[in-house]
Parts: sequence; structure tokens; C-alpha cells
Amino acid sequence: MLRKICLFFIITICFLLQTTVFQALSLAEIAPNLLIIAVSSFGFMRGKKEGMFVGFFCGLLIDIFFGFYLGVYALIYMYIGYINGIFQKRFYPDDMKLPMLLIGASDIISNLVVYFFLFLFRSRFRFWDYLRTIILPEFVYTMVITIFLYFILLKVNQALEAHEKRRAKKFDV
Amino acid sequence: MKTYRNKKKHLPTKYVLLIMTAVCVSAIFLSLTLNLSGGPLNSIAGYVFVPMQKGINDAGIWLSDKANDFQTLGEVLEENKKLQARVDELTAKLTETKLERYELDTYRELLALDEKYADYEKITANVIAKDSGNWFSTFTIDRGSRDGIQKGMNVIAGSGLVGIVTDVGPNYAKVRSIINDTSNVSAMVANTQDNLNVSGNLLTMNRSGVITFSELKDKEDQVKVGDEIVTSYVSDQYQQGILIGYITSIENNSNNLTKSGTITPVVDFEHLQVVLVITDLKETGEEDLESKDASETASQQ
Repeated sequence: MLRKICLFFIITICFLLQTTVFQALSLAEIAPNLLIIAVSSFGFMRGKKEGMFVGFFCGLLIDIFFGFYLGVYALIYMYIGYINGIFQKRFYPDDMKLPMLLIGASDIISNLVVYFFLFLFRSRFRFWDYLRTIILPEFVYTMVITIFLYFILLKVNQALEAHEKRRAKKFDV
Repeated sequence: MKTYRNKKKHLPTKYVLLIMTAVCVSAIFLSLTLNLSGGPLNSIAGYVFVPMQKGINDAGIWLSDKANDFQTLGEVLEENKKLQARVDELTAKLTETKLERYELDTYRELLALDEKYADYEKITANVIAKDSGNWFSTFTIDRGSRDGIQKGMNVIAGSGLVGIVTDVGPNYAKVRSIINDTSNVSAMVANTQDNLNVSGNLLTMNRSGVITFSELKDKEDQVKVGDEIVTSYVSDQYQQGILIGYITSIENNSNNLTKSGTITPVVDFEHLQVVLVITDLKETGEEDLESKDASETASQQ
């Protein structure tokens, strides 16, 4: 239960920051993608299932407030969370390389999917221009934010896991 | 830990993923075909998130106001704001009068025009959040169906067109701006009344702050750089005569029949805070059709 409440607050805070503060702090009209950091992190820290649900709800929020068809972003983010969950076995909290790699890849892949389905299908073919002006700047900005946000999420998750272990012990006795 | 877990039987994650995928896909198709919006989801999300977004925005505005106070430029800024408002007002008036004059010249003998640019009913609203991604330019405002906002209402700021309401919740509304890559507006050149199609473009907007237009038929080369573009009477979504922007470049298309080019919008989309929602919906009933026919025959003659 505590985990669910914490997840709700993390998603809320990331969503609110991303849509208000970071839109004001955007560099060259590019804002970082905090939600993808949260989705990806919970995917590889906690596994497929939790990644999937975090992704679904993050995407649903975007759909409700900004999307045009309900479910597009929910679908994309859900799969991002699920795929990140596959890498849970290879995840060690002390190692920074894998999280950075996964979060960066998630950001780029989600943007490629958006480009493919929502731009290429409307015959906007200039892929390299979109890559240069949108995808890469967002990737760089997101990676910078990841350095800070990832550690916060990691600490929250570790605290939650410690709490859950204590509770589980109580049940066993 | 293990024993505790095993007591509950869980559906394998793979199947959950499949079920959720089916839910998402059917949601997409439902909203595509039936043009449905979130419904109850909108209300729940609206009541949970909108107040928080408002709070953050108020805090942000308060902070930036305070920061401005520290600068000795405070008074200058205030004056600048007033002057800017005055400029907006005057530009709007100028467009209005210009339009009215052109209309008058063309139609004086043919039609007794009703008041075309009657004051529309407007509501002010604050921008509370912007699209989370970098692909689309949509934002939410802090007025919703409770304040009488409906789908399809036009949104303006200062003297220019901002966009259109695409979805409403009880206490918020989603606005798609005209610089959004999927946006299309039927517009016309104010002084020659040639129709054209203004479409948002992410690449040109990011690079040089312009949006594109196309399908301008202008055989006599009357349209020039710097001409005003306003919303057209043929548009079924936008009220007539709202200023969109000024032409910055014109090119001949390869078919030699139509022209395309770029427009600089008059609205500063980077720093939108307060917008006005026109609560009159564009009427596309019989009456409107008749007047459209009349004006079309008029322009042919």
C-alpha cells in the first residue's frame, strides 16, 4: 500500500514538474522527459510488472491532458516500462552505466515511436531534421536530469524495499 | 517473504500486458471512431491534478513577479506591459477597420452586411500546463465545462489567434495551438481576400518561429510579404477575421497555380500566460451557408 501511495506521488510530481516548471525552463523549446526517467527506473529496479503499470499510468496522464487519442501514450509507455523490466536481473544499484543506458535508450525509442506513428504517417519525411532538432536535444537534457532524478528514485525505492522487508518479517513471525 | 508471496496467485505479467494492450488499442479505436474523450477519466484527473498545476503556476508567477521587483526595471516593465496591451488593442482595431474597409469596398453595392466583427463574448483563462513532450504544442487552461467552455471554441491572446479547444474536463480544457504540427486553419489574406491554408509546422517553428501556409491562389501577384493573414469566412471551426500573423516569405509551387510560404504568428507562444476564449461557436447552419453562398458569388463577380 505504501508503495502504491509513493508511486502515485512520484508520478504526480514528475508529471507536474514536467508540464509546468520544466516547460518554463526549456532550452531552445526543448524540455526534458521526467516521466520516461520514472517509468524506465521503476522498470529495471522493480521488474516488468511494476514498470508496466507505472508506464501505463504515466502515459494515461499524458493522454488525458495532452493527447488526441486516448491510449496512444499509455501503450508506448507501458511497453517501455515492460521492456525495461526485462533488465532487472542485470541491475545493480551501485552501477550507474546500465541505468543511464536504459533511460537514454528509452527516451530515444519512445521519441522514435512517436515520430514514426504520429509524424511519418502524416508524410513528414525529414527524419534527420527531427532527429537533430527534437530527439537528440531532448535526449541530452533528459540525461542531465537523470543524474539527479535517478538517485532520488533509487533512494525512495531502497527505502520502500527496506520497509517491505521489515513488514514481511513481521508476518513470518 | 516467499511464503507471503505464494499465498496470492498472480496472473503472469505477459498476460496482463496482453490484456492492457488490448484495452489501450480498443481505447484508441474508440476515441478515433466515436470521437470520444476521457469522460469520467477527465473529471477525476481534472480534480486531482488541475489544482496542483494551478498552485505551481501561481507560485511561479509570484516568484517571477518578486524577481522583477528586485530589479529596478519594475516600473519600466509595468509600463511596457501597459503599452504592449495598448499595442495589441490597437493592432486588433487596425485589423478590424482594415478588414471592414476591404469588405465594404467589395460588397457595398451587393450586400447590406450585418455587423460582421461584432464583439464576441469572451472569457479569460490562465494557461496552467503545457504538453509534456516536445512534439506537439497543446496546453491546458484553468476553465472547463463548468465555466461554459465547449469543444470547438476559439482561443485568442492579445490580438491574435492562439488555437482551438479540443477537449473539456469539468475544470480544465485542452487547447491545440495553431503552431501544432497537426493544426490546419482556413485563412485569407486580409487585403485581397484570397483563401489559403495555414498549417502548423514543428520544424519551421523550432528553427525560425514561423508556420507554413499553402494553396494560395494569387495569379496577379498581389499578395506581398508583410500582408496580414486572418481567419477566413470559409472556415467551419474558426470565427472570421481573427488575426493570425504576417507573411514572411512566398514561394511559387511547382504546379504554378498555387503558392506557399511562411507566416510569423502574432502571438508569442513561448510566453503564453493569459488567453481569451471566445464563447461563441462558429455557426455553420443554414443561415450561415446562405451568406457564404452570397459572398462567394460576390467574390466571383
